[in-house]
Amino acid sequence: MSTSTLKSEQARFTDQDRELILATQEGLPLVSDPWGELGRQLGMPADEVLSRFQHMQETGVIRRVAAVPDHYKLGYRYNGMTVWDVSDDAISTMGQQVGDLPFVSHCYRRPRHLPYWSFNLFAMVHGTSREEVEHKAAQIRELLGDTCSGHTILYSSAILKKTGLRLRKQADKP
Amino acid sequence: MSVTAEPAARRESPDVAPAFTDTEKAIINRLQYGLPLTPSPYRDVAEELGISEQTLLDTLKALLANRTLTRFGPMFHAGEMGGGLTLAAMRIPEQDFDRVTEQVNSFAEVAHNYRREHELNMWFVLATETPEGIAETIGRIEALTGYPVYNMPKEQEFHVNLHFEV
Repeated sequence: MSTSTLKSEQARFTDQDRELILATQEGLPLVSDPWGELGRQLGMPADEVLSRFQHMQETGVIRRVAAVPDHYKLGYRYNGMTVWDVSDDAISTMGQQVGDLPFVSHCYRRPRHLPYWSFNLFAMVHGTSREEVEHKAAQIRELLGDTCSGHTILYSSAILKKTGLRLRKQADKP
Repeated sequence: MSVTAEPAARRESPDVAPAFTDTEKAIINRLQYGLPLTPSPYRDVAEELGISEQTLLDTLKALLANRTLTRFGPMFHAGEMGGGLTLAAMRIPEQDFDRVTEQVNSFAEVAHNYRREHELNMWFVLATETPEGIAETIGRIEALTGYPVYNMPKEQEFHVNLHFEV
């Protein structure tokens, strides 16, 4: 977990940053001068808004200001969460190698829940067909070799919700 | 193995990639990498793509309106804000799937929720303002739905690079 990194960053995450995040979690204003528009809403100078965003991006509070597509609508209908049971002594090395494969979009080590769930490495693979996802999974299988004692692919069959990460306003807290 | 039944929510139909105009494709591809944090960011991207700023803004609005893009804005790193973030899974019998979907989705802390074809058939991302909020939210979801939640927080991150080329 990133708990160690966030303590240092947390101090630099200001109330202004919080206001900016609350004001933009539905989206950045789609006007020629988005920073000025936000500044007018929040009573902050435009250049201050911009520099807060730059700072948040530098410190990793925001990854980037970007478009998030519905991958189904782009034709990437097959979103396979490939999951692997990798021996504990090999997972750090192998996880890095799997994560470096160009077609793997997210790659994480996560806990097992025995006896129901024996997989500790998650690698997300997207494709326009099931065959494409399976072909990519076969490459991961080969890379893992005998460090891996089982795997499966979980396909998503519906997006039930996709709102992105949200902060709640103070007033909404229970 | 589980049987694929009618999903409770949206399922996209086309097997082929939908037709986008060259302008739409260029915008979708470019803006997934992120807007430059410059004084006139849309104008800068429009120039880069060889279109007018107005075309960029209009196309972006249309792509959001027809849900090709689910969002355009800052992508937060919940951990870096001092909050909690996790992936969680549930095993829900078919007859209860719709009800539990509605209940789980009603939590503001649930950012994404996917149905997946597995015995563990509901997978969602939880984001909370404090690290302690995760256990507390999981407790409330279990109490409301009557089913256990399997918590699978990331223990190590190897790569995050989500980009869909059209």
